[in-house]
Amino acid sequence: MIARLHFNKHLLETPFYPRTAPLNKHSEWGAWSGHLSATGFGDTEMEYTAIRNGASVYDLCPMVKYRITGPDAVAYLDRLTVRNVAKLTPGGVHYTVWCDDAGKVLDDGTLFRHGPQDFLLCCQERHLPWLTDATLGFEVAVEEITETIAALSLQGPCTASVLSAAGWDVSSLRPFRMTKVPFDGTTLTISRTGFTGDLGYELWIGPAHALALWDHLFTAGAPWGIRPIGSDALNMARIEAGFLIAGMDFIPAEQALREDRVRSPFELGLDWLIDWNKDHFNGRRALIRERESRASQWSLVGLDIAGNVSAEGSLIYHAKQKEVGYITAALWSPTTKRNLAIAHLKRPYAAAKSDNLWVEIYALRELQYVKLMVPARITPRPFFTPARRRATPPGRF
Amino acid sequence: MPSSDVIVIGGGPNGLAAATRLAQSGRRVTLVEAQPQVGGGAATTEFHTGYRTSALAHILQGPDARVASAMKLDAHGLRLSTPLTTAVPGIDPLTMQGTFGKVSGLAATDLAAWSELQERLTRFARLLAPMRQMTPPRPAAKAGNDLWNLGKLGLSLRSMGKVEFRELLRMLLINVADVLEDDLTDDRLMGLLAFDATLGAWAGPRSPNSLIVYLNRIAAGETLTLPMGGMGSVAAAMRKAAEAAGVTVLTGSPVDRIDMAADIVIGVTLANGENFAAGAVLSAICPRRTLETLVGPRYLDTGFIRRARAIKSRGGAAKLHLALTGAPHFPAADLTWRIVLAPSVNAVENAFNPVKYGEVPDAPVMEITFPTAHDPSLAPSGHHVLSAVVQFAPHAPKDRDAARAQMLQNTLNVLETAAPGLRPLIAHAEILMPYDIEDRFGMSGGSWHHGDLAVEQMLFLRPFAGVSQYNTPIPGLWLGGAGSHPGGGISGAAGWNAATQLLQGAKP
Ligand SMILES: Cc1cc2nc3c(=O)[nH]c(=O)nc-3n(C[C@H](O)[C@H](O)[C@H](O)COP(=O)(O)OP(=O)(O)OC[C@H]3O[C@@H](n4cnc5c(N)ncnc54)[C@H](O)[C@@H]3O)c2cc1C
Repeated sequence: MIARLHFNKHLLETPFYPRTAPLNKHSEWGAWSGHLSATGFGDTEMEYTAIRNGASVYDLCPMVKYRITGPDAVAYLDRLTVRNVAKLTPGGVHYTVWCDDAGKVLDDGTLFRHGPQDFLLCCQERHLPWLTDATLGFEVAVEEITETIAALSLQGPCTASVLSAAGWDVSSLRPFRMTKVPFDGTTLTISRTGFTGDLGYELWIGPAHALALWDHLFTAGAPWGIRPIGSDALNMARIEAGFLIAGMDFIPAEQALREDRVRSPFELGLDWLIDWNKDHFNGRRALIRERESRASQWSLVGLDIAGNVSAEGSLIYHAKQKEVGYITAALWSPTTKRNLAIAHLKRPYAAAKSDNLWVEIYALRELQYVKLMVPARITPRPFFTPARRRATPPGRF
Repeated sequence: MPSSDVIVIGGGPNGLAAATRLAQSGRRVTLVEAQPQVGGGAATTEFHTGYRTSALAHILQGPDARVASAMKLDAHGLRLSTPLTTAVPGIDPLTMQGTFGKVSGLAATDLAAWSELQERLTRFARLLAPMRQMTPPRPAAKAGNDLWNLGKLGLSLRSMGKVEFRELLRMLLINVADVLEDDLTDDRLMGLLAFDATLGAWAGPRSPNSLIVYLNRIAAGETLTLPMGGMGSVAAAMRKAAEAAGVTVLTGSPVDRIDMAADIVIGVTLANGENFAAGAVLSAICPRRTLETLVGPRYLDTGFIRRARAIKSRGGAAKLHLALTGAPHFPAADLTWRIVLAPSVNAVENAFNPVKYGEVPDAPVMEITFPTAHDPSLAPSGHHVLSAVVQFAPHAPKDRDAARAQMLQNTLNVLETAAPGLRPLIAHAEILMPYDIEDRFGMSGGSWHHGDLAVEQMLFLRPFAGVSQYNTPIPGLWLGGAGSHPGGGISGAAGWNAATQLLQGAKP
């Protein structure tokens, strides 16, 4: 019998741990899907600067990954998710969401099409029971493979140069496409994807080759100041890019305890993903009803807030009086030099009544909170979207 | 392609009732039935050369009053026996009139307690009876509930007074054994009541919430009769009524799938590939089969399919048919009666216990009729047919054939003890186990009600939350078989209710 002693370790180490641990000088760790995940490597500002000005490396291993294969894989995913999967060609990636029967979002994620019948779905939460029950009537297999893939996110304007120095020419790789290259006796998948809104790539490989990949990348990237980053720096970049995180910007419908916490794609500003012309997908009928009866309660918006105090967790008021929303993510953005936030606003305060919005901020000033009431206005997301993000071939910096 | 306003799937009593209701309201209706004849559980079969009997359901309690009058079943040739007396045979027999009527032969000690209990349960059952003819209310805002009838029900609940209302609430979720043992001592009466309470259920008298199932049974009709010519006569009369109303009846036409376009029902495809177009489809077969097989998961949501697959559908009743070369003798009982062999509450409970583990009870309890005592034409002259519902039988034993053989032996042993000399009269014996019933009649798990009738699958939870008002998430698809409220029996109530909702055009 094999001793199953995994429970002795409360959080698992990722395959990159032998490299990240010595570099994590202040032992800044958090938990992500049952794994140890670095929140920082000692200097969040420098890490953020690497994302925006150089080359940064983030350990993506804990991200939940499902492999979906079989002759009905496309039909299955089209029924599961709101976007049109048939339009995603092999070698392509798209961002999508999936809903429960009531049309409330269960999670968002990225779907990688590795072959005609071979997909990888990456997301924040675990969904195996739902994904498995959804296979009924489809010739398809769903397998959780989170721990069988080691992944790094390489983000920043210099990352194409780093990859080129590493020996991989990605100059023709367009955003949301992937390519496969030989490395260390195996296949390395490089996708032009990321969570920073910048030029960047994600690298996928078997765990046994993880350290070789790390070492190779850090050697090649040294001239560009390549450095590991933690989730704090990544979070700054993702807010600037306007991306959402399940569990932080919305409660996945399966986890919500309070009736009014669940959100539909309309209420998260994600209805643009929905393909109304494809066949039935989960939640479709509820979403049609919501659309037709204008039943959406909330809007998700970007806010530009006066001043420079980050409004994390703040409540939003109309005319300083009526509570009309709340902020789920905020920062003073170093790149745009604006005080930004992602917020949920009750309708119609995101549109017809969007003037006269105020944010109540509790600013901590030397152990004492000071209450500020500052004006805010709705501003388009993404807040920061540089041309280099999409340029193909990518710029050489 | 042939086209109609509504296609009704399944020609059991509910399908026939629904089709008639729709046609009588001016809809062009086609009813498609898989078998060569309509009827479903309402059928007459020749189970042995020269011997005919009701193939499944044998006693008529009802049908639903609206169905009976609108379909004019008597005018369409249905003849019924005189109302049945139920007997618990023995040296000291006990009889009961109708479903829950007058009892004779009761010991003096129980007389007062029984009349009080009978009066109370009858009152409760009558109070709940109107529910059977209503669309179940949905506990949600703007649910489109039948407020008028709910209001009436509310008023009658209020008018019963605080003490009685509290008593109703106490009783609502209680088990039937507790109620009986609180008030009565006579084993014959308690055994009979415990048997009737659990007839057709997957529950023993000590199972939680068993009393409400009994109240529902009492509410379904106060008299019991046998149809002349067997239960198939009911189906034949219903078919005539349906055709008189303009329904096109197609038999031998199993539906393979329900067709949709742009998320709306457009018709059905038969197993032979033939298409029939319609603006709406009302399915009077099992809800799970309708949704999972005829519609298919691709057109439904995952949570919804989960709930459809979670419908509990466990048959606990077997059906026994004996061809007898003469009249058996049950002490002090008449063959025109309904004879119940259930000696005590514990006898019923003990017959249920093994079924929980997929096993056969040593001493099953049963309800016996002799259709030939009312209609001698069902067997050769002087011969008889014994038709019995025998409880409890496992719906999923490890070895089906062994369980069937064991069930038959144990049943015959009980019968021989009750009516010595019966065995040598048997020319042929047939017993249908729940799985045989599923195979032959298409009822999931062999369930009497196309899904357990239990408090967690009643009213707005029948067949499951979200489809209790006969409509489904798919525009144009309606459910109207025994799996829907108020459940099964040769009644047509569920089909009638569903057709009423369809006519009112309730939205999903
Ligand atoms: C052992 C036993 C004894 C019973 N005894 C009694 C009794 O004494 N008294 C009583 O009132 N009730 C009795 N019942 C209950 C009664 O038989 C049922 O509740 C009743 O038949 C349900 O009626 P229904 O119309 O909903 O469905 P059913 O009678 O089951 O009819 C459904 C019909 O649909 C047809 N069908 C199925 N699939 C398809 C398809 N794909 N395409 C087309 N047609 C299809 C079937 O062939 C069938 O004709 C008994 C049940 C059992 C199991």
